[in-house]
Order: sequence, then C-alpha cells, then structure tokens
Amino acid sequence: MIHPIPAGTRDVLPDEMRELRAIDERLRSSFADAGYGEVWTPMVEYEEVLSVGDDSAAYRMFDDQGKVLALRSDMTVPIARVVATRFPESERELRLCYSAHAYRTVGHRTGQQREFLQSGIELIGVPGPAGEAEVVTLALSALANAGLARHRIGVGDGALYRRLLEALEVPEDSYRELLGCLTRRDMVGLELRVDALGLARDARDLLVELPDLRGGPEVLERADGPAGEALARLRELYAALEARGVADRVILDLGLVRDLGYYTGAVFELYDPAVGFALGGGGRYDDLIGRFGAPRPACGIAFDVQRVHVAQAAEEGQR
Amino acid sequence: MSATGLTIAVPRGALMGGTLDLLDGLGVDTAEVRSNDRKLLFEEAGIVTMRPSDVPTYVEHGAADIGITGKDVLLEAPEREVYELLDLGYGRCEMVVARRSGDDAMGESLRRLGRVRIATKYTRIAAEHFARTGRQVELVAVKGSVELAPLTGMVDGIVDLTATGKTLAENGLEVVEEIVTCTARLIANPVAHKLKAAEIDAVVQALRGATS
Repeated sequence: MIHPIPAGTRDVLPDEMRELRAIDERLRSSFADAGYGEVWTPMVEYEEVLSVGDDSAAYRMFDDQGKVLALRSDMTVPIARVVATRFPESERELRLCYSAHAYRTVGHRTGQQREFLQSGIELIGVPGPAGEAEVVTLALSALANAGLARHRIGVGDGALYRRLLEALEVPEDSYRELLGCLTRRDMVGLELRVDALGLARDARDLLVELPDLRGGPEVLERADGPAGEALARLRELYAALEARGVADRVILDLGLVRDLGYYTGAVFELYDPAVGFALGGGGRYDDLIGRFGAPRPACGIAFDVQRVHVAQAAEEGQR
Repeated sequence: MSATGLTIAVPRGALMGGTLDLLDGLGVDTAEVRSNDRKLLFEEAGIVTMRPSDVPTYVEHGAADIGITGKDVLLEAPEREVYELLDLGYGRCEMVVARRSGDDAMGESLRRLGRVRIATKYTRIAAEHFARTGRQVELVAVKGSVELAPLTGMVDGIVDLTATGKTLAENGLEVVEEIVTCTARLIANPVAHKLKAAEIDAVVQALRGATS
C-alpha cells in the first residue's frame, strides 16, 4: 500500500538522523560559543504578519476563527518580528541563533525540499561591515566545525547593480527587466537589454561585465569608475574580513543577488565543491525590523543543514 | 584533468557537431567522442553526452560544470537554476506555430469553439505564446512527430521547432506565426561559476572570440 507524504517532504530514519543531529549540534555549539542565544518561534504564524517580510509562503491554512495562517518560509522574518515586539526599546546588540524547519515553494522536478532544516544566526544592532564581517567569519568557522574543509563564501552587495544603473543615469523603467535578468542568471538576456539602451561604450561594457566579476580583491580594482563609489562598502567589508583572517575563503562576487526581497546591502552565499547548489546564504536587512515597528540594523546567514550534511559526507569520503 | 579543467555537458543530436567543433577550438580532444556514439562519459576529455533537454538538469545539479543546449530547452525549463552565459549562434531554429496548408482550422476553432487545439512538445512555450497573444488554447502534449497531429484532425495546429521548414512542408504544413528564434547557449552551474571562475571565464572568452 502507498500512503504518500506531501511533495518536497521526507522522513528521516535513525542512521541519517544521527549524522544530521551531529552536524546540527556542531553548528549550534559554534553559534553558542560566539555568544548567540537560541530562539524558537511558532511554526505557524498569521499570514499577514509573515507577509510584512516575505509573501512567498508555500503552505497556507485556516484556523478555527477563519484566520489565514502560513508556515514560515525562513526564520529571519519571524525573528525580525520577535526583535521588534519583544525587544523594542533595547539599544544593545542582540545575537540570536536558531535551528528549525522552514517551508518554501520549489519546483517539483529539482529534487529540492519544500520542508528543510535551517540553522543560522541573526546579528541585530551592529551596522555596516563590522556586523557583516562577524557573521561571515562565524559562518565559515561553524562550517569548519561541522567537518567541511573546502567551503567558500561568496560576498556581494545586493544593491550594487541598482546603484550602478543610477550612477549611469539609465532610465528607471528599464531597471526591473535588467535586475530580473540578473536574478535569473540570464547573462545573454542582460547583454541584449543593455545593448538596447544605446549607452556609450564604457557604460555599456561596465553594465555587461560587472556582474561577471568574481574572485579575489582584484575584482574591486577592475570595477573602478562610476561603480567605484558603489563599491566602497564592499571594499570596507573585504578589509574587515582580511583583518579577521578569513579573506582566503571569500569570493567577492559583483553579480551576486539574492531573490528574497528584504536585503538592503551585503549578501552572502555559501558553496562547497561537493554540492551543486548553494549551502545557504544571507545578507544585511536594515529595513526589515523597522517594517515591524522598531528599526534596527541587522544581518544574518542560514545554512540548509541537509546540504551541509551532503558536503560533510563528501568531505569524509575524500579522506 | 581535461584541457579546460571543467566537465562539459555536450548535447547529442543536431547541436553535437557544432559543439564538438567549438570544443576542438578550446583544445579539447574530441576524437573519441566523434568516433564512439554509444559511449556517454569521456573522462579524459571532460565530456559527458546526453540529449539536449537533459543538459540543464546535469548542469543544475553540478554533475557537469558547464553545458551547451538550445534556447528552446532553457525556455521550456525556466525553473532550472543555471547561468546562461553565451549565445553561441549556431543551431539556429525557429519556434513556430504551423497548420495544414491552406486550411484555417485554427481561426475557425477560435471563432466557433472559443479555443484553439495545439499539439506540441513545448507546452510552456506554447502556453505562454497563446496567453501573450490573447487566445485560449487547449494543449495536447505529444512526444514523437508532432506533424502527424493536425493531419489526423486531432488538433488545429502545432507549435514546434523548425530549422529549414522542410519536414513541415513534406507533411503539408505551413508556418503561420514565428514565436522565437533559438540558438545554442552556453550554461553553467551556479556553484562552479564561483568556485571555478577562472576556468569558466577562459572558456567564455575563447568562445566569444570563436563565435563573434
């Protein structure tokens, strides 16, 4: 007999569970050692509250009052709510971490999970590169603690391309299409649309080539000119990462964008050569807590624990 | 390790010749691939061969770092998370709407029955095209020779890819609308795009030179 479970969900049996738990524990102990306190939030929330941050809920349902509930699509939005409502007056820095299931809509065929275990950190009240460097450094050491050896982190600025378009005085009505190409990773479409703008040669080349720049600090030099000012924050962040001694694991990526709508600046994505998908990601979201009524600068990062497990298993196989 | 330092997904079928020619230009030894059409994996050359519609799948999962496939395949699988890096220009085909020559079954259907019936292998491209042009459509998904469908009266027309229009003409069909021109594209896995940036950029640069 077949008793199906919903698409994108799965059962975890003892052999896998033991390993998954071990990884999760190692990630959480890294976070705890760095002074991050663990939180839980309800798995279901009111849809109208969650959609303040992100309206991509995969599952919606009604409660007995007829109110629309939704399963969270990540932990960042619920934590932003917690910070704004439970610590509204707090001036001090908050360091929070979590390990919890979240739910996303994904294509059926890609084998991605709709329900996935997310482990991550949120650093509230530390603005600019100082906060971002702390988050990146902790993410890298947590993955090392979980048994990874070859992991890298892509660091970019989600607002960079928009600022470049502004600096080059590109008509605003074309932003959506251009940024859409970037999000879809359609570099051919991007080039076609940039060509259609009829810009001067230098501006055209910059708009086409900048999103392709990724690598060490040399990419910051190569992207000088009108982008220079927009790159200042990234330059500062890179210096902070160098000072923390983690620059060799950092890939500066001027084309990096994350498709979640709440990022306002730096964005991160985690990679391991053994896994074809990103292990996780994050970024700075200085507006999000303010949308819940108590503005605070914040940034964070999250891992898909099951993907970290795949990378860790591959690492073990290498030895 | 292969000449490019990358694993490349190569499409079998119409795009294969042009793709292997390009790879020769990159210094990849394609002799074995050309001489053995049963083998699928060529470790030394860093090549895996497959049907074009599987290329985005292998590349998305990182089983191949980069790959070459038709734009038609990419349009039909928009949820695949891959970089589309380059229009390679060859393998030029047109995605078209075709019907039986001289008969207006499509117009007739639309007027009297409120919808057209279209057979296709490309259900997403077809659905989008008819939605964009404001016509209701009933899509019939077929796997084999689509040309047969309107001849039997099962449908009013077809959406299919055509290079020369020869097969359509031989089956008494004519092109009535052109949807999009499709050429071969270079795609890359998002993680490889970051971790093997230098290798991928070298390929992109060499191919840009070779195709422009």
